[in-house]
Amino acid sequence: MKAFSSGAAFVARRLSQALLVMLAILVIAFAVRQSLGDPLREIMGQAVPEQERAELRHELGLDAPWPVQLVRYVGHAATGDLGTSLIYKRPTVDVVLAKFPASFELVFGASLIVLLLSLPGGIYCAVRPRSLGARLILSLSVLGISVPVFLTGILLITVFSVWLHWLPAFGRGETIDLGVWQTGLLTLDGLEHLLLPALTLSSIMLPLFIRLVRGAMLDELGHDYVRTARAKGAPPLRVWLVHALRNALLPLVAVGGLQIGTLIAYTLLTETVFQWPGMGFLFLEAVTRADIPLITTYLVLVGLLFVITNTIVDLLSLMLDPRVSLEGAR
Amino acid sequence: MSTVASQTRAVAGFAAARPGAVLAALLLVVVAIAAALAPLIAPQNPFDLSGFDLMDAELPPVWQQGSDPRFLLGTDAQGRDLFSAILYGTRISLTVGVLAVFIQAAIGVSLGLLAGYFGGRVDGLVTRMADIQLSLSTLMMAIIVMALFRAGLGGEALSQFAVPLLVLVIGLAEWPIFARTARAATLVEAAKDYVRAARAVGSSDFAIVHRHILPNILSPLVVIATTQVAGAIMAEAALSFLGLGMPVTKPSLGTLIRSGYDLMFAGDWWVTVLPGLVLIVVLISVNVLGDALRDGLDPRRRTR
Repeated sequence: MKAFSSGAAFVARRLSQALLVMLAILVIAFAVRQSLGDPLREIMGQAVPEQERAELRHELGLDAPWPVQLVRYVGHAATGDLGTSLIYKRPTVDVVLAKFPASFELVFGASLIVLLLSLPGGIYCAVRPRSLGARLILSLSVLGISVPVFLTGILLITVFSVWLHWLPAFGRGETIDLGVWQTGLLTLDGLEHLLLPALTLSSIMLPLFIRLVRGAMLDELGHDYVRTARAKGAPPLRVWLVHALRNALLPLVAVGGLQIGTLIAYTLLTETVFQWPGMGFLFLEAVTRADIPLITTYLVLVGLLFVITNTIVDLLSLMLDPRVSLEGAR
Repeated sequence: MSTVASQTRAVAGFAAARPGAVLAALLLVVVAIAAALAPLIAPQNPFDLSGFDLMDAELPPVWQQGSDPRFLLGTDAQGRDLFSAILYGTRISLTVGVLAVFIQAAIGVSLGLLAGYFGGRVDGLVTRMADIQLSLSTLMMAIIVMALFRAGLGGEALSQFAVPLLVLVIGLAEWPIFARTARAATLVEAAKDYVRAARAVGSSDFAIVHRHILPNILSPLVVIATTQVAGAIMAEAALSFLGLGMPVTKPSLGTLIRSGYDLMFAGDWWVTVLPGLVLIVVLISVNVLGDALRDGLDPRRRTR
């Protein structure tokens, strides 16, 4: 009972922390809007006489002191309203969220590749550290870390699109509209378009995760319980997968989850190379055309994603690992 | 005398065991000298737009048909000599990378020394700040900051301040890497007898940290600096590739890759692939060298 209440306190503390961070992100976004953008331009363009502008400014409360405006901005944000895009003339949240499925499917595809390759690869490197294969995998991972993600994309396009004409080089291909979600995963054309970008994105995460899996497994294999399991005569595969891997997954979730910011940056680079119509591609378009409301909305939503991931990772660690200390919760 | 001899022998042994690292070091030296001497070597000044002739645009490298012997590696869409552009571009990429790491090291090592030496509240504060900074991805923060500068100032103004901005943005973000290592090493050193002896004879804290501890924790810091340079060069290239770094008029390797990328589908692969290869060679060399240094300087790893 005591453990439960301290757990609940931890969850509550972690959630309020997340809310605070979100509030800080909104304040920064507000400051950016105040210093870089003119909200009147969002509404009426630039060719409007000054007097009319002043009237509208008053009517909308834009001449109010900034703390009042900040409170109003945060209030609107809480209801999902972050302004209107200058380019698209639509609510920015709708514009950005419409691009979310594309980015998500790209990350999903890449994560699938990373998961399928890094688990066996990392486990192999941990259980046979001196083998030729393990050294080869680790050397290749130095190569993978050294090649910038946009160059991997360009090289893949050169080989598979320009030279061999096997796979398309840009765009999402044919998509199916599922109401709120436009998916490219259900058509052959969409999957063909996804293959190269997903490979590119996975190439940069893969070395990191192979090293993570290897490190976590090496740690676990050194523990007494592994020796006990072996002594009891458990077959090696069972020791690796059932005993060691299960415990190695925890640090993996924790460290992997913290990579979300880096993942978003790499996704942005991959989307640029393949002209993948995702959130990052949209963000860069907004930057070149100085669409401040759209830029700040992207920042707020990416910040939200970041906060949610970090919170979930923390809570997962708490749920999965009874040893996580709750010192701070007392 | 004998220490010099034994050190030379140690270095020779270290090098013989790692031919890859020697090759990487040689490549880096060649690239660095070529970049430093770019104004002397380059047949053309790639920043002087009036020096180009559109008639020379999109010529392939000399080993291909239709090339011009004046342009060793061909030309880009504006008739710019790609060999000269790569030399100057490498110069910019290396400069930004090295300067950014200097900033990281200056901030990180100072804070790490402070935290490790004084401990207590100072230590808590530095560690906390480092944790927060590390949880924000460097590349993402750099992209956001450069994007805001670009949206606020416009592309023109940004291109004027591109080098100092890139150095600061990449330099300010990664100091925790240095701080953590410096802190850990300082904790070990500060407990040793020579530090206590120095304190006993009345040396000031500054003198102890500066003259006694810092020289003794340098080797792990050198290892980190090496890999950090690779990271900084890569970050600069990524920003320039996104159009948030060096402008087309003053291209770094990343800018060259970006501007060549538009031409690739027309069959002009060299404008993007050649600077890309130079970038990859630099990055792999730095990483291989960093790995070798880590193995060589870390006694725990030497046995493997």
